[in-house]
Amino acid sequence: MKAENPEIVAPYDQTPERQPHWRQEFPIDTPQDDYRSRRDFTKLMVITSVAFAVGQAWIVLLSRLRRVRGDAPVKDIAGVDELSVGSAKVFHYPGPTDACLLVRVSERQFVAYGQKCTHLSCPVIPKTEAQRLHCPCHEGSFDLLTGQPLAGPPRRPLPRIFVTIRGNRIYANRVQQGVV
Amino acid sequence: MRIGNFSRSQRMAIVQGILFIVSIIAVMQLWLFTTTMEAYLGGDESFVLIAVVASLICLGLNLGLFHYLRALDR
Repeated sequence: MKAENPEIVAPYDQTPERQPHWRQEFPIDTPQDDYRSRRDFTKLMVITSVAFAVGQAWIVLLSRLRRVRGDAPVKDIAGVDELSVGSAKVFHYPGPTDACLLVRVSERQFVAYGQKCTHLSCPVIPKTEAQRLHCPCHEGSFDLLTGQPLAGPPRRPLPRIFVTIRGNRIYANRVQQGVV
Repeated sequence: MRIGNFSRSQRMAIVQGILFIVSIIAVMQLWLFTTTMEAYLGGDESFVLIAVVASLICLGLNLGLFHYLRALDR
């Protein structure tokens, strides 16, 4: 087999001195150029592969942090008499920027969910007459009683906030594990 | 055969083959990443560790192939 010589160029696999005259006018070695561009693109794909592996590690890190953080503290969010049946109230839980919706679905039943649509984080709007939470951005709908997606692009349920009633007050005490 | 003994046409075939395999592996990693992220956001963390191991194996394969590619140029 012929040993590779960097001086040898295409198309005739000869040294520059033995190339035809036109090679002086057009000195680009196209096959070598193709080789380099493919090699560089392979390098780019390997860098992309590194980025995906880092992304996976990041998910593991988030998962561990979620476990370390534990449950959110109990928070007083509303009075029972503040909401009539079919009405809703926005509150923030567990953090001050985590908007949530409290909806009174019957005389003694309240449900609460994170307000961010699980598609692209638009705020959902309660439509209690239809028993749904509606996302106006892309016409997504969630079941009011379970938070499960019913229509539109969302595929994941809304994060549920567990509430308890003590006396005349409603308290948020936990976010559904693994959703927020 | 020593790596440096390949002709330029053979090297071109090798780099194209490596590029193809590396691209397939990177696409697999993309799929793995989106699936894991979707599951994580949906509350299912049961396979995040397995997924990261799989992704690291893919990365190892890609780095090995890239190392071979660099050796090809030396």
